[in-house]
Amino acid sequence: MFRYILRRLLQMVLAFFGTTLIVYALMFAGQGDPIQALAGERPVTEAQRAYLTEKYHLDATGVGGFFYRYFDYVRSLLQGDLGQSLTGRQIGDILQAAWPVTVKLALIALAVAIIFGVTAGVVAGIRRASIFDNSTLVLTLLVLGIPTIVLAPLAQYFLGVKWQLFPPTAGSEPTFYALLLPGIVLGSLSLATALRLTRTSVAENLRADYVRTARSKGLVKRRIVTVHVLRNSLIPVVTFLGVELGNLMSGAIITEGVFNIPGVGFNLFRGIRTEDGPLVVGIVSVLVVVYLVSNLVVDVLYAVLDPRIRYE
Amino acid sequence: MSDFETVAATENQAARRGPSGEPGAPNQIGAPNKARSLAGDAWRDLRRNPIFWISLALVVVFTLMALAPGVFTANSPRDCLLSRQHAGPSGGAIFGYDFQGCDTYSRAVYGTRASLLVGALSALGTGVIALVVGMLAGYFGRWVDAVLSRVIDVVLGIPLLLAAIVLLKRVASDSQNARIAAVIFVLAILGWTTAARVVRSSVITAKEQDYVAAARMLGAGNGRIMLRHILPNSLAPAIVVLTIALGSFIAAEATLSFLGIGLKAPTISWGQDIDTGRIHMREAATPLIVPSAFLALTVLAFIMLGDAIRDAFDPKLR
Repeated sequence: MFRYILRRLLQMVLAFFGTTLIVYALMFAGQGDPIQALAGERPVTEAQRAYLTEKYHLDATGVGGFFYRYFDYVRSLLQGDLGQSLTGRQIGDILQAAWPVTVKLALIALAVAIIFGVTAGVVAGIRRASIFDNSTLVLTLLVLGIPTIVLAPLAQYFLGVKWQLFPPTAGSEPTFYALLLPGIVLGSLSLATALRLTRTSVAENLRADYVRTARSKGLVKRRIVTVHVLRNSLIPVVTFLGVELGNLMSGAIITEGVFNIPGVGFNLFRGIRTEDGPLVVGIVSVLVVVYLVSNLVVDVLYAVLDPRIRYE
Repeated sequence: MSDFETVAATENQAARRGPSGEPGAPNQIGAPNKARSLAGDAWRDLRRNPIFWISLALVVVFTLMALAPGVFTANSPRDCLLSRQHAGPSGGAIFGYDFQGCDTYSRAVYGTRASLLVGALSALGTGVIALVVGMLAGYFGRWVDAVLSRVIDVVLGIPLLLAAIVLLKRVASDSQNARIAAVIFVLAILGWTTAARVVRSSVITAKEQDYVAAARMLGAGNGRIMLRHILPNSLAPAIVVLTIALGSFIAAEATLSFLGIGLKAPTISWGQDIDTGRIHMREAATPLIVPSAFLALTVLAFIMLGDAIRDAFDPKLR
């Protein structure tokens, strides 16, 4: 167990350096004149040039110089210093303002996935091959197959603009009601996966020996399902939802962009549109870290939750 | 019948070439027979599955659309007049005109080509990487497997959309072919991991089979065993995974184009049209709905097709 956590941790460190190196190399290295690129169209005086060369250690050349600057970038990333966006705002400040909204949206999406996905999954798992089971299978396939860039604008159009059941956009200080529709759209994908996972898991556990034992003891079906089957079936679902929380926090680019929700994804969306290089790199770097850490936490959680699984 | 002919041909060759060619013969007889019975079972299942037929029909229709868009619409997608902005249906434009005054339906039809091209070539590239990596890892095991599996873990840990954003921002060229190639390249190098795992596990199963032991005893080298004996037997699961991946690559390309970093004008792509339609949805909704429907149907068709084939080949999953 300890060895597993250690190995997993090492793997994450490797993935962290791998991804940040790729991000850094692609964004900053090999450009014609980095100082001019930083300044944009404006002219650069000799004094500014000397200052920037000093600040970013641009005088060190070759592979050594590249790694020197790369570790400089990683150090400031780990210290939370993400630099400035092209608009002059600190990227750290932008993210600080955006996180609460994104977390709120992710939690709504997760709640939708748990309430509808897990419940329907349990029912479908108990009544396998029934009409309910078959129709949920087809429905989840539809949800899994329809990309967010189709789902989000169409939901916005039909439910927000045409029938006006929900506010079509969220605005700067979004209320819970304004976040509800985007939350459902964002959560629908996790809902479908959670449903399928729960269904398979419940159906599998219903055939387990301990369920037969419980039945032969004369327990009522209700107790068998709620106490014996559910407890064991929800382990993979819980871990999946944990991974999803990490994904939802980083993966809401489209949904936040379409519904105009001022979260992290929206800022990335805007950064891409306005060609704001530093903003895109800053946000992507942070999101990659969030993604890696949440994956690690979930993997370890899985090992703790399910003692049947042995890691060498 | 053709199976027997190939076997006969291989036997003749083997006789001429001597010991090194011989292991081909007994295996050639064994493999197609086994494959035929499994495929036969799967086919019997598939034939009765309406989802299989629906998705197959959709795939055929969209492929035809990509090859010959002129058959499906008489209007040119580039024949745009601002004076008929958001105008209603007329003269072959069955869904009316979009913001730029282009035929909405015609643009959706012509958008099929870029999407399917990116999807198919990304799946192909993915397949090649996955086959090489999965084959090496599964066949050689030990440290090769350890190293390659860690590489797979690391690549799997990279969020696809974020990495694609960073990679594609780097592509300065705006020429049509360069952008298409860049999107294909990015999707292929980020998306091969799942398929590689599938190949690896099926190679591990295949290399323990008796026919591999027989081939090795008869003196076949590693290369021959991998190419002639293991590859044909581990191809089927990879193809199923790649069919599903093709659907998700099409969705990924549309998402990148929607964000403005994938395919760019003058290439016609659904992702861009959905984005334009979305911005003007309050004035007219069909320019949003039509490309959305095309995209959703295409992605669904490939995912459902792969799903149906996998279910048929692996009844345990049901």
